[in-house]
Amino acid sequence: MSAGLLHVHIPKVRTLVLVWLALICLTGLTTGASYVDLGWMNIVVALLIAVSKASLVAWIFMGVRNTTTLTKLFVVAGLVWLGIMILITFSDYSSRTWTYQAQPWATNPAGGTSR
Amino acid sequence: MAETITPVKEAAVENIRLRHHFATPAQQMDAATLGMWTFLITEVLFFGGMFASYAVYRNLYLGAFASTSEYMNVVLGGTNTAVLICSSLTMVLAVRAAQLSNRRHTMLFLVLTMIFGTAFLVIKGVEYHAKWVEHLVPGFNFHYPIPQFQQHAQILFFLYFMMTGMHALHMIVGLGLLTYLLVQAYRRVFNANYFAPVEMIGLYWHFVDIVWIFLFPLLYLIGHRK
Repeated sequence: MSAGLLHVHIPKVRTLVLVWLALICLTGLTTGASYVDLGWMNIVVALLIAVSKASLVAWIFMGVRNTTTLTKLFVVAGLVWLGIMILITFSDYSSRTWTYQAQPWATNPAGGTSR
Repeated sequence: MAETITPVKEAAVENIRLRHHFATPAQQMDAATLGMWTFLITEVLFFGGMFASYAVYRNLYLGAFASTSEYMNVVLGGTNTAVLICSSLTMVLAVRAAQLSNRRHTMLFLVLTMIFGTAFLVIKGVEYHAKWVEHLVPGFNFHYPIPQFQQHAQILFFLYFMMTGMHALHMIVGLGLLTYLLVQAYRRVFNANYFAPVEMIGLYWHFVDIVWIFLFPLLYLIGHRK
């Protein structure tokens, strides 16, 4: 459905209300799940629900589903950069306490450094 | 993308506000959307930096961080999450009304979005006040009830005020942008052929909602087991 020269996709009110309802339900679910002791799974469940909610908002409310392929590529690229930032930050912090340990192949009985 | 260029009969359509360097209103709209998303990606990385530091410190001081959930108000945080989700619905309905040239509904939904946005900030203010009263403001006024976590819990509360504070600042900017939209809608600027500002500011508003969708579980819920 489109009304003007832009030929844009105009979402149905029904779709929007259903997404709103899903978001409210997921908020209740994530709150409820936090009171159940799942150990290390608590944060996994919380993040999975948050990612689902964010995806619903982006895909329907922000209309990513109706944008050009180029815009979709930009959105994905943004998430990839975010992933790179988090990955490299963690590889830094997780390796800071590592100490150097000479490996058998790194020592040369004759002295000096072997190549 | 191949696109048929339809000659625009100037007199037949409403104000389309087509800039001279675009061939069609559709091309202008695609460019605006791409530009807005590029900006939002910089925002993702801006907030992403804070989320990354949160993740690093949470890994280092898990016990202290988990203990802070005790001092977060889940009822107010959850209410605020719902309030923001409602504001996203009214925002997308305002965009839809603008796309349908429905000036009355555009204005109505913009006002509703602003009411929800203001409600969010008021609730956030109540929470900030409670943090001050409970001596949980890092630097100025911090006395953590669990002595061994005094230092590390302070890092969490610093991140809490930084992240929710930057989020609240984005909400305040958003309210300013919505006020601008309301004035423009009142002046009959928007119609089915020109609604880009409503849609772009809508994208910004939804993005701010997404940030909160991640802040709520990470700050209020993680480690909250009773």
